[in-house]
Amino acid sequence: MQQQPTEVVSPRHDPPPTGGSGDVSDALMAKPTWSDHDLIGHGIPIYDVPFVTVGGGLGSFAMVDILRVAGVSAEHMVALSDLDQPSETYEHLAKNSQIPSHERLRSDSGSVLDCLWGWPGYALREAIADRNPKRAWQVMTEPILAEYFTPKAGQVYESVTREANRIGWSSMVKKGVVRTVRRREGGEYFVLFTPATGTAATKRIAYRCRYVHIAVGYPGVKFLPDLQAYRDKYQDYAKVLNAYEPHLHAYEEMLRRPTTVLVRGSGIVASRVLQRIIDDRDNTGAQTTIVHLFRSYPDGYQGDKRTFRRPARNGWSYQAFNYPKSAWGGQIRYTLEKLEGQERSDYIDQLGGTNTAPRKDWQEQLDRGLEQGFYKQLRGTVKTVEPTADGRQVNTVVTTPDGYELGIEADFIIDATGLEASIEEHRVLKDLLSYGGADKNPKGRLNVDHDFLIRGTESGAGRLYASGSITLGGYYAGVDSFLGLQYASLRIADAMAAEGFCKKIGPLRSAAQWTRWARNKTP
Amino acid sequence: MTPTLSGRMQSRFVLLLIVGVPLTLVLGAVLPRPTATTTLSDMYEVFFAALVLVGVVGIVWELIYHGLQQFRWEKDWPTIFGLVTGIPEGIVVYLLLDRGFPWEFGDVPISLFLQMFILVWIAIWLIANGPLQIFFPRWRYQGGRFI
Repeated sequence: MQQQPTEVVSPRHDPPPTGGSGDVSDALMAKPTWSDHDLIGHGIPIYDVPFVTVGGGLGSFAMVDILRVAGVSAEHMVALSDLDQPSETYEHLAKNSQIPSHERLRSDSGSVLDCLWGWPGYALREAIADRNPKRAWQVMTEPILAEYFTPKAGQVYESVTREANRIGWSSMVKKGVVRTVRRREGGEYFVLFTPATGTAATKRIAYRCRYVHIAVGYPGVKFLPDLQAYRDKYQDYAKVLNAYEPHLHAYEEMLRRPTTVLVRGSGIVASRVLQRIIDDRDNTGAQTTIVHLFRSYPDGYQGDKRTFRRPARNGWSYQAFNYPKSAWGGQIRYTLEKLEGQERSDYIDQLGGTNTAPRKDWQEQLDRGLEQGFYKQLRGTVKTVEPTADGRQVNTVVTTPDGYELGIEADFIIDATGLEASIEEHRVLKDLLSYGGADKNPKGRLNVDHDFLIRGTESGAGRLYASGSITLGGYYAGVDSFLGLQYASLRIADAMAAEGFCKKIGPLRSAAQWTRWARNKTP
Repeated sequence: MTPTLSGRMQSRFVLLLIVGVPLTLVLGAVLPRPTATTTLSDMYEVFFAALVLVGVVGIVWELIYHGLQQFRWEKDWPTIFGLVTGIPEGIVVYLLLDRGFPWEFGDVPISLFLQMFILVWIAIWLIANGPLQIFFPRWRYQGGRFI
């Protein structure tokens, strides 16, 4: 990227306005489309770069990685981010939800974020590193003779770091916070950016670019409404917890004294939390009792067609990954691509919804817990959540399906439902909905087309793309996954190649670039 | 793998062409000949007939596999299936060759057929499960389709 701001020459040959504070004004923020002179008038320097990705996490990384393979030089791309490493946010969320680096993720061997070709996958790499064919055998025989292979979290982070170094990631990252993306008069966009303190002369700078990619991840975690109301009313942030927030103090307390924990939710995060609690019981003698509250309690098959039904047992709905495998690249992907609106949203719900992985070790723990009584299941809806009279516990009153009311006194409540906040919680997305022409799909996320272009945001030759969880409800189900991020990036890169921005990754370029990847040479 | 029906057909033919044909050319030359009078062209006649049968009869097999796949929630085709389906397919191809399809060869020694068939089958299976994507990075997203 050039070190000096671009000099803007007025098309009318009059001198550009000067002065301004280097910050935006209310008047400017109220204007949906900005001109070069608007920014200069505010003293905001403009930098030209063809491509900007907003976020700087794994979504931005996957996008930039593929564009580098498609022949775009690092100087032509900027990643705006407040992260030091692309895997930082993911790592933070994984750690909170009890997946430290040595534990395995829910992702398959071929979903290798550092390698768009998907081969060699994590299983083969682990087999080679360990000089042990066990993992290679597992991936060859999954899921028939063995459980699905899933990579260790640490292996993913390390491989992302290696690839980030290979493609020159750090040279593309500008640290700071994106304030807004606005259309530019005459086409293209401005990305208004607040650089990290001390890195720029003005409070704001602007990138003028043809392509913008938005990959800001989860707008935020959301609590179940009754738990949010409890936290707001009683200001108790120690006993009512979200699995995605740091909540180690709860596990530490469970080691100190016998406690009762109420777990809500029955997805993958609930599985992890239960594993952590039961591991602590098994390994360090904690005497925790778990009450697990189910809103719905699937048992047996979900779905009445032999060709479309998912196994469920003891309240848990089971599938290997968060969608059926072919949602990423098979029959289900093509079926989904043909659906529109509410029908598409409903189909995604049938494929996904709340589900967890059928891992034998988890099932063994829960079966043992049910038998020995330290793990109890309860079905019902929550009526009230209040502190107990002595204030030491939280009492949840539940209405059971047969109409009884039950009180559960617990030392901790862990919300593992994984509810996500509305996309408007994110300032950049809210601004795009208000001023940028974007709208929402039936799932309340960004309405994108098959190529992940944000509909309604075109600006002359400018194109605005998005990937990740903010696009859920579009034509691809697994957007919030490693493979989904790569798929979205490939679709976007192909669309950009059709417009001449980068090269199409055909068989020869692909193979040549793979050999560079394998030798750890720059693209 | 998560093949679609057309992806299955396309993958079968493309892999037979880019892996099966070159490998068969090599095997015809290097595998031991059953009799002193067997020529290279005799070897190729049998081997390529086998390859053609794997392709043509395979159309029927793929329809059956696709039907079975519908009973899988994931609509996937596990890696190991791609290997073990070689057993029934190999048997059918051998029986056809032995009965003079697509043309009469005389006796086809079973050991020779097995060496050729197993090597080609495993090579195709290994390449389909990874290295193919080095050239075709979109293949895995397209249910095995090339176009």
